[in-house]
Amino acid sequence: MDRSAQTFLDGNAAAGELRDIFVLELSTATTQCASCGKIAAFAEARVYGMEPGLIARCSGCENPLMRVVKSSGRVWLDLRGLQFLEVPTSSV
Amino acid sequence: MAGTAVLGRRLSWLVGTVTEVHDETPAARTIVFDVPDWPGHVAGQHVDVRLTAPDGYSAVRSYSIANAPTANRVEITVVRIDDGEVSPYLTQTVAQGDQLELRGPIGGWFVWRPAQTEPVQLIAGGSGIVPLMAMIRTRALAQSNAPFRLLYSVRNPESVLYAAELRECSRDVSITFAYTRTVPDGWPTPPGRIDAAAVAAHTWPANAAPQCYVCGPTPFVESAADLLRAAGQEPGSIKTERFGPTGG
Ligand SMILES: Cc1cc2nc3c(=O)[nH]c(=O)nc-3n(C[C@H](O)[C@H](O)[C@H](O)COP(=O)(O)OP(=O)(O)OC[C@H]3O[C@@H](n4cnc5c(N)ncnc54)[C@H](O)[C@@H]3O)c2cc1C
Ligand SMILES: [Zn+2]
Repeated sequence: MDRSAQTFLDGNAAAGELRDIFVLELSTATTQCASCGKIAAFAEARVYGMEPGLIARCSGCENPLMRVVKSSGRVWLDLRGLQFLEVPTSSV
Repeated sequence: MAGTAVLGRRLSWLVGTVTEVHDETPAARTIVFDVPDWPGHVAGQHVDVRLTAPDGYSAVRSYSIANAPTANRVEITVVRIDDGEVSPYLTQTVAQGDQLELRGPIGGWFVWRPAQTEPVQLIAGGSGIVPLMAMIRTRALAQSNAPFRLLYSVRNPESVLYAAELRECSRDVSITFAYTRTVPDGWPTPPGRIDAAAVAAHTWPANAAPQCYVCGPTPFVESAADLLRAAGQEPGSIKTERFGPTGG
């Protein structure tokens, strides 16, 4: 299926769901894509799916930055597409 | 308000009591919640709403916060998607006194703060007006002089959300409607999607260096953001909030 034809949301839309894992708000976090090197706010990532799992892709090259799957009382987090994640600790 | 947001706090589900519901259009309803432990919010943020059935099945959807920050008060405006799971319930069944679970405020990127003084370009498609209305309301409450323009794409005149209030603030905020299906009597142009000509005529020129906020259904946001970039706006000055599939 042509991914660009699919609909997606912003990193922002996943920020609530991700607060089950991270205590800090991720939409203002800075990410670097491990594939193309693009540096962007997590809010700018393209989020596909929500349930049972979500995938946040780089807005530059569609490389998966973050995969989250929730099932049977556990959460799996795959971050190998991220070079780094920088999360502000000052107030939102 | 922003300063009261507690960092590193686990975002727990809060119980909101519905204090008021009112219909904005035949398909859209505003729900006002009283949320006792509400930490405050910034214009542009959203809440997640969780509905749980007696059998334990639950559904979570995101809704932008419509009101300017007010103690313990959260307003959302929901547009009904007829075959949807959650929006028909919120627009038809929820009544004063009901209690719903809310999580928030969420998001710190698609936000406007009164400390911002640069020109602002708002572009809304359908229900995408909701967080932009929170920005307009916050601007008024803070008595900000930041120059705001709004380009609001709607199907027809009957689908305009907050119509009376927008008429009120049009003295202060430059507002242009773009109708995609039906135009009012005597309207100078035929219905149609926002295009380069509309962007050139009704939005800040690139040399005004506006901060742009674009919100609505995903395909609408894609096309409006592309038009802004094509008109010369800095890509870094365009913030987007995508609501999902189609419609608007
Ligand atoms: C950050 C964020 C903020 C949002 N804020 C608002 C808001 O302020 N007001 C508001 O009304 N909605 C808002 N939405 C959309 C909202 O979260 C739901 O997606 C929407 O209410 C539909 O939910 P549903 O359960 O009724 O439909 P679903 O059961 O999820 O979907 C039913 C059918 O409708 C289609 N569909 C799903 N979403 C839409 C849509 N947006 N337009 C047209 N068709 C759709 C689906 O593909 C499906 O075929 C927001 C979304 C996000 C991510
Ligand atoms: Zn990339």
